[in-house]
Amino acid sequence: MILSLAATAFGLGWLVLILGALLWHGFGGLSPAVFAEMTPPPGASGGLLNPIIGSLILTVLAVAIGTPIGVLAGTHLAEYGRYDRLSSVVRFINDILLSAPSIVIGLFIYEVMVAPMGHFSAFAGGVALAVIVIPVVVRTTEDMLTLVPNALREAATSIGLPRSMSITRICYRAARAGMVTGVLLAVARISGETAPLLFTSLNNQFWSSATIFGIEVPNLNAPMASLPVVIFQFALSPYKDWQSLAWTGALIIMLAVLALSITARSLVPSGRQS
Amino acid sequence: MDPARRRSLVDVALQEGGVVSVATGTTRARVLDRLRLGDLAFRHLTRAAAVGVLLLLSGVILSLIIGSLPALKTFGFGFLVTEKWNPVTEKFGALAAIYGTLVTSFIAMLIAVPVGLMIAFFLTELCPLWLRRPIGIAIELLAGIPSIIYGIWGLFIFAPFLQETLQPFLINTLGQVPGIAPLFAGPPYGIGMLTAGLILAIMVLPFITSISRDVFEAVPPVLKEAAYGVGCTTWEVVRYVVLPYARVGVIGGVMLGLGRALGETMAVTFVIGNAHRISASLLAPGTTISASIANEFTEAVGDLYTSSLIALGLILFVITLIVLALARYMLLRIERRIG
Repeated sequence: MILSLAATAFGLGWLVLILGALLWHGFGGLSPAVFAEMTPPPGASGGLLNPIIGSLILTVLAVAIGTPIGVLAGTHLAEYGRYDRLSSVVRFINDILLSAPSIVIGLFIYEVMVAPMGHFSAFAGGVALAVIVIPVVVRTTEDMLTLVPNALREAATSIGLPRSMSITRICYRAARAGMVTGVLLAVARISGETAPLLFTSLNNQFWSSATIFGIEVPNLNAPMASLPVVIFQFALSPYKDWQSLAWTGALIIMLAVLALSITARSLVPSGRQS
Repeated sequence: MDPARRRSLVDVALQEGGVVSVATGTTRARVLDRLRLGDLAFRHLTRAAAVGVLLLLSGVILSLIIGSLPALKTFGFGFLVTEKWNPVTEKFGALAAIYGTLVTSFIAMLIAVPVGLMIAFFLTELCPLWLRRPIGIAIELLAGIPSIIYGIWGLFIFAPFLQETLQPFLINTLGQVPGIAPLFAGPPYGIGMLTAGLILAIMVLPFITSISRDVFEAVPPVLKEAAYGVGCTTWEVVRYVVLPYARVGVIGGVMLGLGRALGETMAVTFVIGNAHRISASLLAPGTTISASIANEFTEAVGDLYTSSLIALGLILFVITLIVLALARYMLLRIERRIG
């Protein structure tokens, strides 16, 4: 019994050690310059502006692509085909996608997008992350819609609402908090994902922009830096200043993930998220 | 009744939703038609999305197979059993990477399973109620740490620490025991298979803990109460009541953790050393499938090299697919029993 207490202390000890190390090494580097300057060549001073923006853009892309598909598929599982044979297969496949190795997803997107297009692009990175978002959103959407009481659906049908409207106007509204939680959890999951980005959006020392109608916009068709990939590159480099920037980047990601999971948790007052 | 009041509730609901304004006679029929069409469209849209999820998985498998065809054609079955990995002479074999993947995952499970189970016991049986939630949240936070952070921590903090403490200790103690000595031979590099395995253990620990906890909580209290009633100790209750009842679910959770460990990329890439060889010593650098892909894919020159890396990915995917499918099947079985 003392053993199990020790095991718990052992498990929680790592959390303290890792968070402590992040604060210790990363906090010192946290300055306005980090958010204002581009990644430097070795030896020069600089910040993490382009990877931070890049990560944000990739995340937005992934959520924009992945959420609608995930919500629709989740809706089918919970509403139209709750007891279908197809649904049970999709559920199973979705569970497998949920924990499929992310590097394989990167290879997949490389094969279907990067290789045919002939170059790495931010767009491919966004799609790769979307593939990770989809199963998370499918799962939470289905779970949350299943929790909506049937009486609500029956009431909607009894006043003559078509099925699609009773779903979009009533069930979605009732399950909204849970569905938003699902998206937040998905964002938390992809904000630290590195493996699928390594050979899709690659990395970019600078900032690629394109001009559309005279307005400068980020070029989604060019490689784009992202925080995790920059951390990977900088941490494995022999340069001290790059390494300390990597720590700072890791701290930023960790804070973002913490904030996201706390927000997600506070949206769902009781019950666990798995 | 005046016409305005004779409208059915459909129209009222429609107006509330701001879809149409007044609808009477033929316009009403047309609106209803449109609704029926919209309904059908939405239904098929959701169905298409669900099928899309199916296609996603088949797409992944298909693209990996197509991508790895050149390598598989060139090397045939030998790809699986050859250790040699030489980009210069374009001779590739997956054995070292497969070996590394299996060994690191095995080390991880060896540590994470008992520890994870014990934490789950602690949370369900011993822990004071007010502490359960904070500890549960902390464990879930551990699960939420991105793998890149485990990687950078492992490289800069954990590996040097092991190099100075645990590894010399292992070399001086277990390394001297006949029989297992080769496992702990060689200089303490810090990075290597053992370090990667230990980091993986920390990473899969929360998964095993949270699933085991859920499964333990599903054990009917009356069984435990009966056991306590006939005078069992806590340990006996756990050993002879909880564990047998929860066995299938626990195995499912362990397999799920194993799936994680097998496919984990970044944390391992940082600390494994990326050496394509099979060393007897756990302290030596090695490689895993995912680490090889992460390290070499963007630098791979030539179709055969790229294709070999994709073939590695295919092998990894097939292994994890089998493990995950088994895990889900087992968890499904216990879910059916509960609900």
